[in-house]
Amino acid sequence: MTAFHNVVIVGGGGAGLRAAIAIAETNPRLSVAIVSKVYPMRSHTVSAEGGAAAVAGGDDSLDEHAYDTVSGSDWLSDQDAVEAFVAEAPRELLRLEHWGCPWSRGPDGRIAVRAFGGMKKKRTWFAADKTGFHLLHTLFQTSLSYQDIARYDEWFATTLLVDDGRVCGVVAIELATGRVETILASAVIVCTGGCGRVYPFTTNANIKTGDGMALAYQAGAPLKDMEFVQYHPTGLPFTGILITEATRAEGGWLLNKDGYRYLQDYDLGKPSPEPVMRSMELGPRDRLSQAFVHELEKGRTVDTPNGPIVYLDLRHLGADLIDTKLPFVRELCSKYQNIDPVRELIPVRPVVHYMMGGIHTDIHGATPLEGLYAAGEVACVSINGANRLGSNSLPELLVFGARAGRAAAEYVTSTGSGPISAVLAKGRAEEGRLERELARHVDGAERIADIRAEMQETMENGAGIYRDEDSLGKAADKLRELRDRFGKASIDDHSRTFNTDLVAALELSCMLDVAESIVACALRRDESRGAHQRTDFPARDDREFLAHSMIHREPDGTGRVSYLPVTITRWPPGERVYGR
Amino acid sequence: MTTAPRLYRKPISTFWWLRRRSYFVFVLRELSSVFVAWFVVYLLFLVTAVSSGTAEYERFLNWSAGPWVLALNAITLVFVLLHAVTWFNLAPRAIVVRVRSWRVPPVLILALHYLLWGLLSAIVLWVVLR
Amino acid sequence: MVDRITLQVARYRPDQETEPVLQSYEVPLRKEWAVLDGLNYIKDQLDGTLSYRWSCRMGICGSCGMTINGEPQLSCATFLTDYAPGPVRVEPLRNFPVIRDLVVEIDDFMRKLTKVKPWLIREEDEPLEDGEYLQTPSEMDDYRKYSMCINCMLCYSACPVYALDPEFIGPAAIALAQRYNLDSRDEGAEDRRDVLASAEGVWACTFVGECSTACPKGVDPAGAIQRYKLTAATRSLKDFLLPWRAR
Repeated sequence: MTAFHNVVIVGGGGAGLRAAIAIAETNPRLSVAIVSKVYPMRSHTVSAEGGAAAVAGGDDSLDEHAYDTVSGSDWLSDQDAVEAFVAEAPRELLRLEHWGCPWSRGPDGRIAVRAFGGMKKKRTWFAADKTGFHLLHTLFQTSLSYQDIARYDEWFATTLLVDDGRVCGVVAIELATGRVETILASAVIVCTGGCGRVYPFTTNANIKTGDGMALAYQAGAPLKDMEFVQYHPTGLPFTGILITEATRAEGGWLLNKDGYRYLQDYDLGKPSPEPVMRSMELGPRDRLSQAFVHELEKGRTVDTPNGPIVYLDLRHLGADLIDTKLPFVRELCSKYQNIDPVRELIPVRPVVHYMMGGIHTDIHGATPLEGLYAAGEVACVSINGANRLGSNSLPELLVFGARAGRAAAEYVTSTGSGPISAVLAKGRAEEGRLERELARHVDGAERIADIRAEMQETMENGAGIYRDEDSLGKAADKLRELRDRFGKASIDDHSRTFNTDLVAALELSCMLDVAESIVACALRRDESRGAHQRTDFPARDDREFLAHSMIHREPDGTGRVSYLPVTITRWPPGERVYGR
Repeated sequence: MTTAPRLYRKPISTFWWLRRRSYFVFVLRELSSVFVAWFVVYLLFLVTAVSSGTAEYERFLNWSAGPWVLALNAITLVFVLLHAVTWFNLAPRAIVVRVRSWRVPPVLILALHYLLWGLLSAIVLWVVLR
Repeated sequence: MVDRITLQVARYRPDQETEPVLQSYEVPLRKEWAVLDGLNYIKDQLDGTLSYRWSCRMGICGSCGMTINGEPQLSCATFLTDYAPGPVRVEPLRNFPVIRDLVVEIDDFMRKLTKVKPWLIREEDEPLEDGEYLQTPSEMDDYRKYSMCINCMLCYSACPVYALDPEFIGPAAIALAQRYNLDSRDEGAEDRRDVLASAEGVWACTFVGECSTACPKGVDPAGAIQRYKLTAATRSLKDFLLPWRAR
């Protein structure tokens, strides 16, 4: 079975929808299809809470947003990309407003902005504390007005078809029926998001299994900066549910077991009653998460049945502010933690939240593999470098989603498509492989869930907030063993109809690819920078490592790591200073 | 090749409205319209009787005093009250009024309904007792 | 101390069953566990063949709507301890065709969502250079509630009209249409009128109100529908009395 579209977009979240709309607007004659393993409104963009940053005028400037982003990234971001990003972010957010996004307003009806971590000025636009939800639903509903955008809802793309060094489509399973189809395309844009589920404690939804990263990696595109995994400092202890940085932007405090604002001990400034930009609780996420680990080592965190925690104190903000600016936080704390943040302390701990690394792209969203584009969290342009600032991710979806869409559209109109017989043969080969996977019965085989749990534990122990050669080496060995065991595992469910067991197996395969590349890149980077902290190499080494790690898949399945220098335009590497 | 999956559609029971208290109350509310209609018909009988002269009117009153009609009207009164109260309670959900940027509180809309009802009832009572 | 609870889960495999059957599983009863955690335990440890949808586990994505002990609920937002000592009956969302186990087909809703034109409609788009369309916080209050819909469809599951008349546009779709009708930046109320003011639109609703009771996000679709009935009726009256205005 075969279908053809000019552009296929894998993933229907913020980046994917924005890319589709960009194509529908710039070139309505092109046929665009979104292939997503979930209905678009379920995409993980929906859980983002805090806001989206863009210079809104006043005394702010593009240069300042760029500098905050570059310094926040510990100088690993490509500055040409950052400059383009900060310049386009305001227009993108305004375009969203024109499409109906309910940005929170000041009394005069103008869009309100708030402070956010690592930002010197107030430039974070927000829609109460459900920014991602409103952004996604606005984008999805707007996409419905373009009748030419085709959708393959609940289709799982299992492989990218490459012929003669050029991407020409995907093979995907329709989950409802088990039907496997080859979808030919002249260009493919991967917008599948991050891979938080590679770790055991994460803010990420169940669907975030790094599918697109693995797809691209298997097809021959390099992954970049995979060792940079962001831990968000404030997640709830059992569920990992995100408690947005906006709580700290509005004035929340982080307290250890003695009720002490411990961040002052970690070169993040001095405590003051009101929040100070780029200081204390408004420092960058990597530094705050690292501070937690130090507090844990000093025995100043609180022990709970769900692990060690610290407290987020919002009591001094008052019920009015919480109900206007942070209502969802109040709801989440009440429902999942049985506490009322107006009167009680919120237990929090760092949890994996965002993947700075991803598929290597240029500033237009193009990967080195012809016909393959990527945008959003799955991509690494890189604007986030070694550490992402909060509220930069949502505008990233829009800016680079639009760029990738336009670039793919231009590519498609200027090049024809190649001969399809070779591609169809590859498609049929993949279809056959999936059939065999589905039918495989192995007696006494291991469960997918057990291998997955072991992988997650391995990653948390070996490649957590702090790593060293020993922990990473052990993790690499363990992952190899798990890959072997996965090859001999089998699924319980052999039905064709909505087989989520098969999906879990496919996702685990992707996660193992991603985990292996995280560990391989982390092992090679002998320095500490941003979110990658090596206890055996505690200093930043700009001489050797002012470069992106690139990992390519070798024919034998192992990864080859190389380096690509960072693009510096206007801000030579400096000291990352917060709180002073 | 795979065929489309066989979807399962659960049949709806004829007594679906007995399954939940809220559904049952809803059906009673809807049923109350029948009794409201009876009251209208009864009112027409009354008006016809009054305009047909004293004898006709006496006959009507005797008929109304009979046990069946009395019982029917008693039940009808209960249902009419249910009808009014449930509809009044729902009215603020449909009538959302803003004066400049201030939203009229729902309880005020509700109060105005009861007030108007009381007022009209008072007027009718006065006319009848004169 | 009771530390286990039984889940009776509806199983439907089209190639094996003609209608759903309940299968019992015993899962740990932990105080932080939502019903979803119980289902995950079943799938991971006991029976990998159980199929259900879930994603965010924090009540914002709308994937995990199911019928739990007869009530439409998000399985990530209801807790096992609320049902102790059990058993807890977990069935697919009512009023939708069942594809498999706890997975229902929602294509009908997706079609209806598109029909009500849930996007901002304006005569003319102002250029971005002119900045944002102004909207005061109180103007935003007008439609804020209706914008909170996560498309979980618990409201369709609770609605007896939708059960008896599947052509009914339904609570969420109408609430989303109202979200735009009442948005001060929107000018598309006329474009949505045909679909909303039809027999299968608001006029099919008899204000049972169960949709608003079931809604986990406080959207109040029942209120949205009744308000539109008033709007549509007043509009029709105006058109009738002042026909020249309609043009």
